[in-house]
Amino acid sequence: MQRLLGILFAFMIACSGAAFANTNEHGAKGHGEAPVTEMSAEDQKRSEMSEYVKHHTQDVHDFHIFSDNSTGKHYGFPLPVILWDNGLHVFLSSKFEHGHATVESKGNYYRLDHGKIYRTNAEGRIVYDEHHHAKNYKPLDLSITKNVFVTLLMALFIFLLFRGIAKGYKKSMAPKGAAKFFEPLVLFIRDDIAIPNIGEKYYKRYMVYLLTVFFFIWFLNLIGMTPLGVNVTGNIAVTFALAIITFIITQTTANGNYWKHIFWMPGVPVPMKIILAPIELLGVFIKPFALMIRLYANMLAGHIVLGSLISLLFIFNNWFARGSFLGLTLFLNLIELMVTFLQAYIFTMLTALYFGFAVEEHHDEHH
Amino acid sequence: MEKLLGEFSVGLFFWQSVIFLALLFLLRKYAWKPILNAVNEREEKIAESLELAEKTKAEMKALQAQNENLLKEARAERDSIVKDAKETANKMIEDAKSAAKTEAEKVLTSARQSINAEKAAALAELKTQVAAFSLEIAEKIVRTELSSEDKQKALADKMAGDINLN
Repeated sequence: MQRLLGILFAFMIACSGAAFANTNEHGAKGHGEAPVTEMSAEDQKRSEMSEYVKHHTQDVHDFHIFSDNSTGKHYGFPLPVILWDNGLHVFLSSKFEHGHATVESKGNYYRLDHGKIYRTNAEGRIVYDEHHHAKNYKPLDLSITKNVFVTLLMALFIFLLFRGIAKGYKKSMAPKGAAKFFEPLVLFIRDDIAIPNIGEKYYKRYMVYLLTVFFFIWFLNLIGMTPLGVNVTGNIAVTFALAIITFIITQTTANGNYWKHIFWMPGVPVPMKIILAPIELLGVFIKPFALMIRLYANMLAGHIVLGSLISLLFIFNNWFARGSFLGLTLFLNLIELMVTFLQAYIFTMLTALYFGFAVEEHHDEHH
Repeated sequence: MEKLLGEFSVGLFFWQSVIFLALLFLLRKYAWKPILNAVNEREEKIAESLELAEKTKAEMKALQAQNENLLKEARAERDSIVKDAKETANKMIEDAKSAAKTEAEKVLTSARQSINAEKAAALAELKTQVAAFSLEIAEKIVRTELSSEDKQKALADKMAGDINLN
């Protein structure tokens, strides 16, 4: 355990170093037009830090590991950009040269601006409105971004891990190796999440989804804790994708009793039934919405807090303050590690609860 | 809210859904079903084994009780057999004793009878023999008495004297 903490500590240092280098580069080149010279050195540092934290939580088009700010060199590898703009446009993200170059593909010109791809003219001009938002046309961006890439890797990892575990059971009934650790979790989801919320009768048909969603979220949360700077689950599109699947499964597997409780609540007078119907119907959509926001906000907040704390280490030029912030960061890192599990658990738990509502049988004694 | 929508990436949503659903179906086939089946199977097996153990225990108990009963019965039987045997033996001894006694008495009686008969025969023979001896002795004496003239005369005299006396 102590060694693990040591490694974590080293990672954090490395992470912070990389981040610092990265923001410096951004400040110098990415926002060249900003009045850099008018800022005091401290203000500049602060804006770099906030830019770094923001950048860290966003999805990007290349797998950036760190930058050397003395040479302005980036270390990492490009990822494929896939655009749909009256036809498929596929090229590597390295062509954008981190937003400094305009890419020509099949007669169209594209430029990367603040992590988004816009269609431009041949000179790569981007027109901004008064809020500094680009007004250019945004083609449908289906790129394999960093988040997509990491998700793919994690999905592959999860698949290989659990297939390996499943194979292990063919050889012997007792869990071996990784199964020793993961079997209790699988049983936990079955015995403490699925069965109490859904009931003995129907829980089996939801187990596949509950297990997948739990490990998917947990592993993606965990990869977010590494200094690679990925923030998959703290992204609204990701949590939306997960929440909408929960929503679809809930509605498609719901029984008559579920719909009756929504549109014609039993056991209350008729006027109440009419008042309750729209509220209940709204609840159907609020539930997955809450799922989506909860996971997104928790993971994003965790990343922002940790990123800010690491940034503070570089703002203070005082060893005492740095030491205490390092301790605080370490502490919050451990809390965040717990949050990764907790959020996966909560998502799975609430999903199971909604499934439970959907298949609840009619009980006369309740009304 | 505007910022939230601005951050929403359709591409990411698309790929996430695709990857997640693909993972869902792959895991269902290659991981969750085999794992859950194996775990269920194992749980059933454990439950069965426990039940079996309980059953075996009960059976063992019943068997033990039965054994004890059998043992008790066997003991009782043995006791009764031993008792019977003793009784039989005693009876046999008694019988043998009484039979022997009767036999002995019988033998004794017959022996007595034969002894008596032998005795009677011997006595009878002895009488005959004594009579014969007496006759012989008497003859010899008579013969001696009458062996010479003088003696015959003396005897005749004596006899005559006796006759006179009578």
